[in-house]
Amino acid sequence: MKWGKYTPYLLLIPTFLIIILFIYWPAINSFLLSFYKTSLFGQKKIFVGLQNYLNLFHSESFLEAFKVTLIYICATVVSVIFLGYLVAVLLDNKVVGVKIYRTLIFVPYAISFTIGGALWLFMLNPVAGHVNYFLSRIIGKNINWVIEIPYALISVIIAGIWKMLPYSIIFYLAGLQSISEEVIESAIIDGSNAWQRIWKIKFPMLSPITFYLVIMNIIDAMFESFGIIDIMTRGGPFGSTTTLTYKLYQDAFFFYKTNLAAAESVILFLIMSLITFLYFKFGEKTVSYQ
Amino acid sequence: MEKLKRSTKRKLNYFLIEVALIIFSLVMFSPFILAISMSFMEPTEVFSYPPKFFPSSLNLNNYKNALASVPLLRMLLNSLIVASCITMGKLVTGTLAAFAFSAFNFKGKNISFFALFITLFLPAETVMILPLFMIMSKFGWVNTYNALIIPFTASATNTFLFRQHFLTIPTELEDAAKIDGATPMQYFRKILIPLSGPMIAGASIINFVYAWNMYLWPLIITMDDKMKTAQIGVKMLISSEATSNWGVIMAGTLMIAIPTLLLFFLLQDLFVKSLVTSGIKG
Repeated sequence: MKWGKYTPYLLLIPTFLIIILFIYWPAINSFLLSFYKTSLFGQKKIFVGLQNYLNLFHSESFLEAFKVTLIYICATVVSVIFLGYLVAVLLDNKVVGVKIYRTLIFVPYAISFTIGGALWLFMLNPVAGHVNYFLSRIIGKNINWVIEIPYALISVIIAGIWKMLPYSIIFYLAGLQSISEEVIESAIIDGSNAWQRIWKIKFPMLSPITFYLVIMNIIDAMFESFGIIDIMTRGGPFGSTTTLTYKLYQDAFFFYKTNLAAAESVILFLIMSLITFLYFKFGEKTVSYQ
Repeated sequence: MEKLKRSTKRKLNYFLIEVALIIFSLVMFSPFILAISMSFMEPTEVFSYPPKFFPSSLNLNNYKNALASVPLLRMLLNSLIVASCITMGKLVTGTLAAFAFSAFNFKGKNISFFALFITLFLPAETVMILPLFMIMSKFGWVNTYNALIIPFTASATNTFLFRQHFLTIPTELEDAAKIDGATPMQYFRKILIPLSGPMIAGASIINFVYAWNMYLWPLIITMDDKMKTAQIGVKMLISSEATSNWGVIMAGTLMIAIPTLLLFFLLQDLFVKSLVTSGIKG
């Protein structure tokens, strides 16, 4: 092998073999499938154009899943950003035992969403769990967390926030530690108080991190939260916790609505592309870099 | 006087921060503490009211029962195999491709870089589950290790991470290697890779944890209990314990969580550092 013409192509073969076979090919397949209807018995395929998409946008359950996804994303991402930043600000102090607090707070990052779901299913259990015990002591009321509307959705949101929070804290803490002392000192000389420094000086300086975290958390909330939902509520009661990803899973692997599910995959892909496009289009221009 | 006032104020601030951090770490960590304590409780203690915080004894019955009710050891072994192979695969494909992008100028470089970049929007294990499943059935790979491993052995994020790192290595080393008549692969094996130790270690941990924690794809592609991964065990434990014996469920759940928890506790600094510098999510 010479340092020349063919080496780079050979080096790229393994990666491209994998992504062509297992990403591009299925993506194109999914796109094509979404324009067909397969008869239930037999292999006959009928071209139906945009019919699958029209059906989706007229189907109440799809629109409902869209709404649930939106609520879930907004609730988790907003909490994770603000709470994550605040906790990072606290952890950015040299107080006694800060290393221990950091370890305990980061731990949920290392486990899966699925295990997070199981832990919270137990915590929220009306009899064996401890959350209801405290609630009944404080407000004198028991809540049927995972089986009642709207508490089921609140349950999966709580578990989601708990699981997603460490990721944001880790990034914000690294960001805060990289802000130079001089900036903070000059802000102190200018007479700003601690709260102003936290929100008016440091937070805007970390806007690239915020932007990155918003995107990453949206992706987690949309896809990875499947584990939490599947363990805690299975999309119920009455579809009140069925997100788009969960609906895709049900339509594809329980109801065998292959073509409809293919259309759903394409829509999920388009949403993903839109989010990423926004990130690269506006993220790098509007946010401040040091 | 002014100074004294400021120092008491500072002390008060530190005290408040301390209290807030203690409360918050307890909130974040309490699910683990309660799960551990539940995993040692007798069935009669599980449903006692008010709920108990600590078990009366440390017996391991729940752990034994969890191992008996689902083939957990086999599933843990499966997860170990799958996560290790995915980690290895991503390292090999990622470093090779990164070498191509960092050390060579070739026709189609930009377009292939872009083609790889696009895959960031197409997470195979979620958006692509249905079409990927169909391809697996075409290959006859449903319910096999191949299906659990091979589609995930390449990733754009790993390639970009290593490319970024290779670009920081001085070109003088490359020139020297050329003058000495080294082949590209010799340069790659003897210089690039040894200079990337910490990067490789960090990426390995993150890739391993990511693969260990995969759920949706193993859930649909495996049928046999023998092929299922540990994460699926969580779901099986919950549905097999019809009487909701939370002691058994939590014992099993903890066993599934322990490998990644151990990695995290032992290597926290490396973990956090490589997560932040790379921003990779598998």
